[in-house]
Amino acid sequence: MKYDDFNDNEYIEKLVAELKDAGTNVIVGKFDELINWGRSNSLWPLCFGTSCCAIEFMSLGAARYDMARFGFEVARNSPRQADYIMVQGTIVHRMAPVLRRLYEQLAEPKYVIACGGCAVSGGPFKNSYCVLPGVDKILPVDVYIPGCPPRPEAMFYGLMQLQRKIKVEKFFGGANRQEKTKEFFAEHPEMENQI
Amino acid sequence: MTNIQDKIGKICPSAQFEEGDILLVIVPDTDWHSLALALRDDADLHFDYLSALIGMDWKDSMGCIYYLNNTATQEMISVKVITTDRENPMLHSVSDIWKVAIFQEREVFDMYGIKFINHPDMRRMFLRNDWVGYPLRKDYDANPELNPIRLTDEENEDDTFSIVEDEKGNIKEVKSKVFGDEEYIVNIGPQHPSTHGVMRFRTSVDGETVKKVDVVSGYIHRGIEKMCESMSYPQTLMFPDRMDYMSAHQNRHCLCMCIEKALGIEVPRRAQVIRVMMDELMRISSHLLSYGCTTMDMGATTAFFYGFREREKVLDIFDKTCGARMSLHYNVIGGVCADLHPDFAKDVKELCKILPSRLKEYHKLYTGNVIAQNRMKKVGVLSHEDAVNYAITGPSGRASGFSCDCRKKHPYSIYNELDFEEVIDNEAHGDSFTRYLLRLKEIEQSVKILEQLVDNIPEGEICAKVPKLIKLPAGHWYQQVEASRGTFGVYIESIGEKTPFRMHFQSPCFNLVGVMDLCCRNHMIADLITIGATLDFVIPDIDR
Repeated sequence: MKYDDFNDNEYIEKLVAELKDAGTNVIVGKFDELINWGRSNSLWPLCFGTSCCAIEFMSLGAARYDMARFGFEVARNSPRQADYIMVQGTIVHRMAPVLRRLYEQLAEPKYVIACGGCAVSGGPFKNSYCVLPGVDKILPVDVYIPGCPPRPEAMFYGLMQLQRKIKVEKFFGGANRQEKTKEFFAEHPEMENQI
Repeated sequence: MTNIQDKIGKICPSAQFEEGDILLVIVPDTDWHSLALALRDDADLHFDYLSALIGMDWKDSMGCIYYLNNTATQEMISVKVITTDRENPMLHSVSDIWKVAIFQEREVFDMYGIKFINHPDMRRMFLRNDWVGYPLRKDYDANPELNPIRLTDEENEDDTFSIVEDEKGNIKEVKSKVFGDEEYIVNIGPQHPSTHGVMRFRTSVDGETVKKVDVVSGYIHRGIEKMCESMSYPQTLMFPDRMDYMSAHQNRHCLCMCIEKALGIEVPRRAQVIRVMMDELMRISSHLLSYGCTTMDMGATTAFFYGFREREKVLDIFDKTCGARMSLHYNVIGGVCADLHPDFAKDVKELCKILPSRLKEYHKLYTGNVIAQNRMKKVGVLSHEDAVNYAITGPSGRASGFSCDCRKKHPYSIYNELDFEEVIDNEAHGDSFTRYLLRLKEIEQSVKILEQLVDNIPEGEICAKVPKLIKLPAGHWYQQVEASRGTFGVYIESIGEKTPFRMHFQSPCFNLVGVMDLCCRNHMIADLITIGATLDFVIPDIDR
């Protein structure tokens, strides 16, 4: 997809500006680019579908949409082998600790995509007694894909946004991922106490 | 009907009757168990199939409503059992008479706190075992401080209890264990692709042989029934699409029909035809997905792509007419919400033309494979008797020889005018292979229905005139349809307001998962996956 075809370019430009603020070393910068190019083009998702979105995700894997074209080669069933978790479907109280545990089992660097209305905000079940109103209450989310369920095209759009985000990352020195987790817990102190 | 009434009156003199489209019998709890036994075993009554069990809270009393079915004559009655004790409500269990009640009663206990006397295993079904309160009670305290989002892991609940009544009528609580100390337990799920969703099986194994399967459900329990109680009727229509999303049209059709029945709305002929066609298309798409997943679970990844190739064609038809690939929201009260796309007839004809040859291709690709046959034949056998007792409907039930197709047994919409066969295995093999094969045969029947209708879609209105503010009169209604996986039922009780007093969805998949233990025992642990795949349950339909 062309750069201008994306909708939220200001966001990514702001991110790049922030990262480049401190300046980049020529050698390390080139390595960064190489590594990010490789990483962004081989992103393996963790199978984590709880409801309808998971079926659309299966369509994404089947021949017509074929996500392998873009480097989302195979969906892995073990968090140890996956790069990101795509939360497809409603997360309820009973599932919340399981999801959190899966996130912790993912190897760094790891990313989270909230796919579908339920994962973004609770969706149509927001008012229920046992539904989590959005996975960003328990995990730091990188990309949100709205829809109920999102069409495969929309899922691709979200996945490509994640690729763009990875492409501008600083692998050496710049990105401190532990800090990201710390920041998240600073914003949600009630969650940290429970773990 | 009077005949049944007389008979029940003789067996249980204290029973009261309420006429309706389905006879309602009100029985005191003390007589319920003996009446239930008589209802099942009496040669004339013979209500061998418990099609729905609904917990209720009427504020001053609580209780259960049972919908019973005679599989020979298709007669239906409903039974209401009430307790006025809100502090420690108890009813007699019928789980020894109809096995399907084992899970259904656990659900009622989870939602209402009604304990069932002589039930073998009174644990919560859907909610965390440290949950405070019973959500479907009318006086439930929804304060989020009582039940915050907990990130602590749940303790595995191995302790269970049952309320046992001795011959003198004394009641005492007996504690027991789900698994013995000697047993070796393997945990499968909740995040496991082969369980087809977030289902968790705690499996006791001896070597590789499965000894017992404990189903732990509720990882996607969204509390739909409770939410319905605070929504207007048109708003509730969005939920059936999201329960069994592979039977979205049929489920929504069912809820619409139930509301239409209550309001006395006649649906225009054109809408009826469109609804039936959409139902059958949905069934085709569901069975194709089931084919794809079953084969993939057994390692045939290529076959999965073939199933999805045709499924995309069905989804294109939905996309054009309904505007969505899933969560279609097409049926509305009184008809359908939009007219057909001009390409609809052409696309359906094209689909009907290619499907028979594609089915042949599937069989060539997979059905005849030696490995597939070895892994499915004589595996996970479910007898006819068990299928009825556990209320296993849909293709899985019919593979066991249980004739339960709602389109034939309780015809709705225009199904009684159509020429199609109920696909049933007369020899009642009931194994995984038969279940798998039966689904592919059902696609042929659906194609037959579509071919009959595609050139005969009448002109006319697509939606009846419906009042702007929909209020159902006081009363209760039950409606069944044949969804892709079995008989789906909707129960509505209204007290004349614009929101339902109680809305219950009787899902076929909940019963399907109930036989996992029975089917998997003494098979290999790898067979658990194939049995689960051929039973073909959808988890959000179980948990609701």
